[in-house]
Amino acid sequence: MDFGPYTAFIAGSYGFAALVLGGLIVNGWWDGRAQRRALAELQDERGGRP
Amino acid sequence: MWTALWNRLAHPGHFLRWSGATLPWLAAVSALLVAVGLYLTFFVVPPDYQQGDTVRIMYVHVPAAILGMGFYGAMTLSAIGTLVWRHPLADVSQRAAAPIGAAFTLICLVTGSLWGKPMWGTYWVWDARLTSMLVLFLIYCGIIALWRTIEDPSRAARAVSILTLVGAVNLPIIKFSVNWWSTLHQPASILRMGGSSIDSSMLYPLLEMVVAMTLLGITLHLQAMRTEIYRRRVRTLLIRQAERLDAGAEGAVPVARVAASLPVGQAI
Repeated sequence: MDFGPYTAFIAGSYGFAALVLGGLIVNGWWDGRAQRRALAELQDERGGRP
Repeated sequence: MWTALWNRLAHPGHFLRWSGATLPWLAAVSALLVAVGLYLTFFVVPPDYQQGDTVRIMYVHVPAAILGMGFYGAMTLSAIGTLVWRHPLADVSQRAAAPIGAAFTLICLVTGSLWGKPMWGTYWVWDARLTSMLVLFLIYCGIIALWRTIEDPSRAARAVSILTLVGAVNLPIIKFSVNWWSTLHQPASILRMGGSSIDSSMLYPLLEMVVAMTLLGITLHLQAMRTEIYRRRVRTLLIRQAERLDAGAEGAVPVARVAASLPVGQAI
C-alpha cells in the first residue's frame, strides 16, 4: 500500500476515525461495567429488593 | 398489534433483555463488515482519475457524515417521543445518541479537512456545507452539556428535547446547502435525481462501508442505552438510600462507596 504524497492524509483520516471510535467503544464498555457493578452492589445491600 | 409489539419492545425491562441477547451478534457482524469494508477500501477500490488515492478518504468521510446527520434525525424523533408521548425510552435513546452522533460528526469534519487540503489546497473554508456541519457539531456539544447541567433526568429530557427540535432546522440546511449556495464542496453524488454519479467500482464499496458503520453506530447506541437505564436505576437506589439515611435508618451506609465506583464527573 503506497499512496505516494497522500499517505499522510489517508493514514491521518483513518487513524483519527479509529481513535475516536475506539475511545467511544472503550468508554461505553467501561461506563456500562461501572453502572452494572454499582447497581449489583446496591441491590445486594437491599437484599435483592428493587 | 404493532402498537402492542412496539410497547412491549420499548419497555425498559424488555429492552434490556432483547438488546442483551442481540448486542454480541450485532457487534460481531459490525466488526466483520468494517473489516471487509477496509479491505475493499485499501486493496480493491481503484484510485480516482482526478483525485488519485485521496478518494479513499471518502469511505470513512461519507459514512461519518451520514451517521452524524442520521443520529441527529433519530434524536429528533426521540425528542418528539419525549415531549408528546413521554415514552420512557425516548429520552434514554436521545441521551445515549448524542455523544455517538457528535463523534461521527467530528470524524466527518476532520476527515473532510484532511481530504480538502490535497484537493482544495486548504484544510478549511467557510463554505455553507462545512459551516452547517460545524454548527451541527456545536449543537451536539450544547446538548451534551445541557444533559450534564440539569441533574433531574426528566427535567433535562424536556429541555434537551426542545433544543434538539430547534437544532433540527439545521438538517435540511446541511443536505441542501450545496444546492442553495455556490459551495466549494461538491454537490450530492449518491442520493440525487438521475441516480448516483459514482462509478459502481467505487459505489458498492462505499455502500458497504455505510452499512458497516451504521451497524456499528446501532451497536454503540444500544450499548449506551443499556448503560443509561442502569445509570438511572443506580440513581434511584442511591436517592432511596440517602432518604433512608436522612430518616436515620441503620444499615443504609454504602452510598459513598457505590458513588465512588462510578466514573468521575458523572451526575448522580
